[in-house]
Amino acid sequence: MTTDIKTVQLFVTCLVDKFFPETGLAVVDILEELGLTVEFPLAQTCCGQPAFNAGFWDDARAMARYTIDVLAPSDAPIVIPSGSCGDMIIHHYVDLLADDPDYAAQARAVSARTYEFTQFLVDVLGVTDLHSTATGCIAYHASCHGLRGLGLKTQPRQLLDQVAGIEPKDLPGSEECCGFGGLFAVKMSQISGAILQRKLDNIEASGADTITGTDVSCLMHIAGGLRRRGSTINVKHIAEILRER
Amino acid sequence: MAVSNVTFYERVEEALHDRQLQTALDISTTRFTTGRKNALAALPEAEALRDHARRIRAHTIAHLDRYLAQFADAVEQTGGQVHWAETAAEANHIVANLALSRNVKNVVKSKSMVSEELHLNQTLEAHGMRVVETDLGEYIAQLAEEKPSHIIAPVIHKTREDVANLFRRKLQATDEDLTDVPHMTALARRVLRNEFLQADMGVSGCNFAVAETGSICLVTNEGNGRLTTTTPRLHVALMGMERLVPTMEDLGVMLQILARSATGQKTSVYTNIITGPRRTAAGQPVEPDGPDELHVVIIDNGRSQILGSELAEILYCIRCGACLNACPVYQQIGGHAYNSVYQGPVGSVVTPGLYGLDPWHELPQASTLCGACREVCPVRINIPRMLLKLRSEAVEAGLNPGWLKWSLGLYRQAVVRPSKYHFGSQLTSWISQKVADNGWIKNLPGPLSGWTDHRDFPALAKKSFSQRWREERNQ
Ligand code: SF4
Repeated sequence: MTTDIKTVQLFVTCLVDKFFPETGLAVVDILEELGLTVEFPLAQTCCGQPAFNAGFWDDARAMARYTIDVLAPSDAPIVIPSGSCGDMIIHHYVDLLADDPDYAAQARAVSARTYEFTQFLVDVLGVTDLHSTATGCIAYHASCHGLRGLGLKTQPRQLLDQVAGIEPKDLPGSEECCGFGGLFAVKMSQISGAILQRKLDNIEASGADTITGTDVSCLMHIAGGLRRRGSTINVKHIAEILRER
Repeated sequence: MAVSNVTFYERVEEALHDRQLQTALDISTTRFTTGRKNALAALPEAEALRDHARRIRAHTIAHLDRYLAQFADAVEQTGGQVHWAETAAEANHIVANLALSRNVKNVVKSKSMVSEELHLNQTLEAHGMRVVETDLGEYIAQLAEEKPSHIIAPVIHKTREDVANLFRRKLQATDEDLTDVPHMTALARRVLRNEFLQADMGVSGCNFAVAETGSICLVTNEGNGRLTTTTPRLHVALMGMERLVPTMEDLGVMLQILARSATGQKTSVYTNIITGPRRTAAGQPVEPDGPDELHVVIIDNGRSQILGSELAEILYCIRCGACLNACPVYQQIGGHAYNSVYQGPVGSVVTPGLYGLDPWHELPQASTLCGACREVCPVRINIPRMLLKLRSEAVEAGLNPGWLKWSLGLYRQAVVRPSKYHFGSQLTSWISQKVADNGWIKNLPGPLSGWTDHRDFPALAKKSFSQRWREERNQ
């Protein structure tokens, strides 16, 4: 690690906070093991992406302003274990608040210091080897917003490549959408469900016993689908694999 | 444009349960996406070319009035005539009048998306003319009395057996005619050859129009575009007003990227650049072929409206169809579910742009926002951004279900008040743990049941991350 970064701010995302706290704890373990101090502003809630994607931009703006305020007290890099919430804060906040005299500049400042977790490790800290040892046949699903919104093409794979003891498996169509799409999964559930089935077929064909990725939202969707099929394939956020020793 | 009584959701249901359609979609979208990928990978300068193509389109659309004027002048100088149509009705009127005043009985058409917007065939048929589509796919769709389901592969939804049965019924095809695909195309070719020879008017579309020379560029794989525009005595080219590029050199850039993005070909089999009608000197033709008259109908039909809106970027579109092939939603539901001339991601922006959001408000919702469309678009149109914009317009117009508005409003109230938010989620966590089986819920209530129709939903954690942080770190 060759940077002078000492502290990071963790924005854990609403889904990790309420549904998958283990992912958040794994992220903290990894960051602390790298010698960083992790700040966790307790007032944080949700970045507002669900409202934004549904077109409720006034609601989304209110949530964006709130989150910016929560993150304002520090100027440390913001680390987010999610490509889609990262994309929201990095790209959409700036657009949404462009005409807001009080928040436009702050939105840009927050955007400039926000990173998705694997992006932060690889691109900012320059770390790929976390000395992890894990087990299992692992396939990687590339979540869309991380992949196409933030350009997370190689970082997660570079990190996984360094994990000792695992057998990487190719996931056919790994860069194809799982069909989640936020409220789309509820509003147009029959299309979303059909897209998911294809993803699940590919997962089952991959021979993996564990699926990993950078976004708990897609992973939750995939895990829910696998469970419904009665599959025993595990689903884990990448941080949980990288933390294993 | 007519909106059918069958809802979007019903069409989706039907498509998802149509086994044959699913197979056809699977095969063809995979073939196109792989073809595109390989074709671009083989071109080292592909990314730079896309940037260049985008710059050309952006520049043209920003200066559309100037290039339209230049183009119209150039067409007239080559001996062609230009007609301006603000609406579909005007365009139909212009074409029908041209045909009637010249005693046209038989019309052949090469592929034209804009003619689908106009429903031109019906208009001409109502005047007693015979109209025959000559693009093989369009011809099959016409015989089947169906609408095209893909902007570049109109009958992507049909299998070979479907077409064989259709040819048997409509063309009295024999077993020998239907032996294999070459035999089937040979049959269509024989039938269409006659149509070309009989026709007095050829109607074409226009892939690109070149402002500096007044040329119309048509790309086809079957040569039917060439026959449509040279055999009949009258050629009418229909052109959406955004189809322009400034120069021949710009056209070269677009052509390098169009076929690769569309079908994975380096270039289409036929590329026609038509500049004016058959040349004459002292009243005598001096060229071996070509129509006596060339008319270009420049059609607005809602495009100005798009031009003045935040959706203007969609006018950069070169109708390659790559975004359809790459779209996970299109891959599942095919083109007919959209019920629009333009399907897939581009259609979900263009259709509400041209015809208004209200009747088409489901289309921008039919997307996971995965960004595959933007990734493959040769001119890098930010389609997801425009889908989001349309969704926000739908909210402003009150086109969303009440429960959604209500629950997101409530959610917002909670999100900006952490104590409410955390209390609410603790309560939800408690309830969800009660109803869950081993941490997963099989049935969610109300509108959320859509989720559990297809997958389980996790219960909220007993202790959230923030609770654990607070407890473990004494904060
Ligand atoms: S929007 Fe882009 S990808 Fe889609 S048809 Fe148009 S040019 Fe092709």
